[in-house]
Amino acid sequence: MSDAPVVERPAAHEGSALLSLDDVSIRFGGLLALDGVSFDVRQGEIFSLIGPNGAGKTTCFNVMTGVYQPTSGLIRFDGEPLGDRKRFAITRLGIARTFQNIRLFGNMTALENVLVGADAHHRTGVVDALFRTPRHRREEREGEETARDVMRFLGLERRANELARNLSYGEQRRLEIARAMATRPRLLCLDEPAAGFNPAEKAQLMDLIRRIRDRGLTVLLIEHDMSLVMGVSDRVTVLEFGRKIAEGTPTEVRNDPAVIAAYLGTETAEEGES
Amino acid sequence: MTEPKPPANAAASSGATKASPSAGTKPVASGGTSSRRFGWDRGALARRVTALPTPVKWLLIALFVVFLYALPLLEIPIISTPDTDFGAVLFTVASYVLVALGLNIVLGYAGLLDLGYVGFYAVGAYTVAVLGSFQAHLSWWMLIPLAVLFSTISGLLLGAPTLRVRGDYLAIVTLGFGEIIRLTALNTEWLGAAKGITQVPRPPSVEWFEIPHLQWDGFTAFIDLGDTTKFLFFGVADQAPYYWLALTVIFLVLGADRMLRRSRVGRSWEATREDEDAAELMGVPTFRFKLLAFACGAFIGGLSGALFASRQGFINPESFQLLLSILFVAAVVVGGAGNIYGVTLGAIVVGYLPERFRGFEEWRLLVFGVALILLANFRPQGLLPPRRAKRAIAADEQLEALEEGTARV
Ligand SMILES: Nc1ncnc2c1ncn2[C@@H]1O[C@H](COP(=O)(O)OP(=O)(O)OP(=O)(O)O)[C@@H](O)[C@H]1O
Ligand SMILES: [Mg+2]
Repeated sequence: MSDAPVVERPAAHEGSALLSLDDVSIRFGGLLALDGVSFDVRQGEIFSLIGPNGAGKTTCFNVMTGVYQPTSGLIRFDGEPLGDRKRFAITRLGIARTFQNIRLFGNMTALENVLVGADAHHRTGVVDALFRTPRHRREEREGEETARDVMRFLGLERRANELARNLSYGEQRRLEIARAMATRPRLLCLDEPAAGFNPAEKAQLMDLIRRIRDRGLTVLLIEHDMSLVMGVSDRVTVLEFGRKIAEGTPTEVRNDPAVIAAYLGTETAEEGES
Repeated sequence: MTEPKPPANAAASSGATKASPSAGTKPVASGGTSSRRFGWDRGALARRVTALPTPVKWLLIALFVVFLYALPLLEIPIISTPDTDFGAVLFTVASYVLVALGLNIVLGYAGLLDLGYVGFYAVGAYTVAVLGSFQAHLSWWMLIPLAVLFSTISGLLLGAPTLRVRGDYLAIVTLGFGEIIRLTALNTEWLGAAKGITQVPRPPSVEWFEIPHLQWDGFTAFIDLGDTTKFLFFGVADQAPYYWLALTVIFLVLGADRMLRRSRVGRSWEATREDEDAAELMGVPTFRFKLLAFACGAFIGGLSGALFASRQGFINPESFQLLLSILFVAAVVVGGAGNIYGVTLGAIVVGYLPERFRGFEEWRLLVFGVALILLANFRPQGLLPPRRAKRAIAADEQLEALEEGTARV
């Protein structure tokens, strides 16, 4: 939105930690997918998680959102340990995510998809629905407002009544973000939102991510595209084989010898892919 | 009414009148398509009906409802069954419709394959029979709520442990449930065992007035004062009142279904069906909603079982064979799971055709099997799939091609 030059803001976001992983490990059989990973995501920043394929980035999202329980270690959100909260409860707490491979509710309309997200904080049950109680009406109205607002924000309002699976690929990616934002998260986790995008779309996405942050959300981003990551992030953490190998501002990370070493091996593969 | 008025205002009048004005969305330009709040494209006929002025629409609906109630009196030549009381056939069809609507919540909305639905039907029927005549003599007005209560509880008891497992297991466990209910009834003296239970209480009758039937001579109909139905007498010979009762229950269920579908409950069911993990991660307590769908299904199943028993007057375990469960699922799937019009049509097909063509009884299953195979090949989504599913198929390949480039994990 603003076309000010991309400046890194090292000290601008010294906010408190919204999410913190403390020595988190998870083992799948013989594979240690996360090996003592610790990092803090601070309130209001754009924080990126990068690393070669199979480094454990998505697994990080999965332990943060309750899909897996870490084998050891502690995850806190806003100072409170997640414990063994259910996935939906974690969402209600304020962590929302998108998926690396799109997982929309294909046979529901775009609007309905977003409404499901907005419903995360609703309590309407069978009795409310059957008798159209004030609670039902209030929550429907509120949900619809949230949904419309979020869809407008993502430029999807004209597609509201289209089936999710009939949307274009780019729209589907944005709808996933809309659905996640409708849950009113404080932390929004985006898993490779730019996958399959062309450079123009990537630039738009970069702008979008900043606007999301400007709405007061904290953004945790997984992304392979280095120019995007370097352009948008406040801080970056690099994973390799489940271990954190570097953390810092984009410039620091870019010049880190360990990161260069990790990426040298995959450089050609990365280029072949994008 | 010559031709539909231009749908200038019709869009607003079609039910979604209180769409929030703050929403600054411009509806898609075309016709009345986007008028409904969660509108998906509807068929040309449906759109034309939607475009009619509201009073005309209500009049048409009212006429149709009256027609449905009058059906057993009209004695329409081709559709009426020659060999059996048409009221009785209509009741059978209506109870299939009721069952299909209940199973549709479980199978169509929540996407749970329940192969033991007859179990709930049996619980409802047995409650009425056992507590109404065999072990106690409660009044019919007590029996119906009890039947529904017990079937709903059985749904919760079955669902609580099994809904945590997925897909195929659920089908097998529910299949077992249906059989266990039947075998329990068969082997328990207290429940009548193989002999069954007679003298099941009928709904309380009143005898207010008599309604004459029509009689047809070629294409002319005249009122036949010699052939009348007593309003409202629940007897053995004339079964039209049972049909009226069942039809009324169907309308109530349809209303409830609509309320649920257009609410958080319905959305949560559908989201769970579409992608359980994604739904859970978007804040839907999927287990709770699956259990709820199960309970709602069991409620309706038990209700129709209770109606069945009080119409039949006699039940035994033979009435609750596994085949019935399969037929119920067939009704839903044949019609188009997820679409109430579809499943209603499916239930009519499965319930009515065998009654109409009773002469071909031995061929029934064969014809049915062939029909299913044809259907699976040519209309895999059912006769009347939800409109969304239809368009979704077209988009399927396109999407797969797109995803190919990016999908990992
Ligand atoms: N449920 C699971 N069971 C077993 N192994 C798993 C599971 N989930 C992830 N893994 C493994 O953990 C490792 C890390 O996977 P993860 O998906 O987190 O990588 P990633 O960093 O997201 O990679 P990519 O960039 O390819 O998305 C991989 O080797 C993967 O095969
Ligand atoms: Mg990944």
